[in-house]
Amino acid sequence: MGSNSRGGVLFASLMCALLMSPAWALAEEAVAMTPPVADATWWKWPVILLFVTFVMGVIAVLGGVGGGVLFVPIISGFFPFHLDFVRGAGLLVALSGALAAGPGLLKANLASLRLSIPVALIAATMAIVGAMVGLALPTHIVQLALGGTILGIVVIMLTAKKSAVPDVPAADNLSSALRICGIYHDPAMNQDINWKIHRTPAGLATFIIIGFMAGMFGLGAGWANVPVLNLMMGAPLKISVATSKFLLSITDTSAAWIYMNKGCVIPMMVVPSLIGIMLGSFVGVRLLKVAKPTFIRWMVIAILGFAGLKALHKGLTVMGII
Amino acid sequence: MSTEITKEATVEQLLYANILEKGMYFGLVSMIITFALYVSGILPSVVPLGEIANYWNMPVHEYLEAINQNFLQREHAPTGWAWLTLLGKGDFLNFLPVAILAGVTIVCYAAIVPGLFRRGDKAMGLMALATAIVLFLAASGIVGGGAH
Repeated sequence: MGSNSRGGVLFASLMCALLMSPAWALAEEAVAMTPPVADATWWKWPVILLFVTFVMGVIAVLGGVGGGVLFVPIISGFFPFHLDFVRGAGLLVALSGALAAGPGLLKANLASLRLSIPVALIAATMAIVGAMVGLALPTHIVQLALGGTILGIVVIMLTAKKSAVPDVPAADNLSSALRICGIYHDPAMNQDINWKIHRTPAGLATFIIIGFMAGMFGLGAGWANVPVLNLMMGAPLKISVATSKFLLSITDTSAAWIYMNKGCVIPMMVVPSLIGIMLGSFVGVRLLKVAKPTFIRWMVIAILGFAGLKALHKGLTVMGII
Repeated sequence: MSTEITKEATVEQLLYANILEKGMYFGLVSMIITFALYVSGILPSVVPLGEIANYWNMPVHEYLEAINQNFLQREHAPTGWAWLTLLGKGDFLNFLPVAILAGVTIVCYAAIVPGLFRRGDKAMGLMALATAIVLFLAASGIVGGGAH
């Protein structure tokens, strides 16, 4: 067995051990009871959260997904925290990752501010609406919708193709008027790539839905941003990935304020999560050289599929359907 | 309006990146400091550390009502910017770095708007201004509630 396979098996074993641990059974029980006494072992959940988010940070980098999309379904499915706080923390996890990456991507001219400005106006506005709707709906309905969305993300990850430099015969009128185009140097191809976009009105309209879902579920939205920017609007893959990451810093800012103003921030959850994800991301970047991305990607899909089914199960159980 | 397209980031893009970078580092360092003050017990917290596990499984409105009734005894539960009045408490002090991280983008937008208009980039300037207003409204609590 090669070192890549061993690394993959190690990650799979780690996640299985975490998800099957008896601690999760305690998490389920904790939801059902609220003991009125002081708990001397209160620190165990933040410590477990720190460890799990560290692993999540590693896997997110290796699997090419944002931390938020793993955080919300897994933490809401297997930890005792209420979904309201998990979504608030999930937004802050995604926001911090985007804030950390944003400056470098902008300076390297890989994230395009001109492409981001119109998209962010729509996505940030709709994220506010999504956050308000998400906080107004009963928890089991949000849980059910979250499960469906996560399973939809799994389908997108399984089926969506990517195009390094999509063929854009001509820029559309709107993107021409807004001068949304650019040049970047691709070291792999050793050439400067001139890029422009098309189907701008349709792409912008899609961000109405993406922004809404980002705010409603606290997921971040890289899983949707990249396919729309790359496949629908025709931005090169590198520009799409970088702009998507930067966009999260704006979309998640608007929704994060709604969650924060509503009181959905518990520092004992948020800070360990941010530290865990960030440390995990640092380690993940270093492991990227030796890990087998295909295996990790399949593992991420499997974890998300499991977490999506768990969210559906929770929602349907509360509704008395199963 | 400049029409030249180069490999280099635009002036606005670099300005935005520099402000974002400073705000991000400031927020993250502040978060580590405020969290250390909280968990070490140097600052007292509204909800005692040993009791926090009794509250984090509640829906947010029940959580706020419970901590208000059990610890704060205020007229209103602490939503919106009420955390500013509780900065002496370790748990609510941690809202400060979160606000910095969530606020830096608004500063970035506000900073690039004048330059965009000055260069005659009116459409982008208007959209950036509109986004700054949307974010400001969300932050203020005017949109989305919690403004008391």
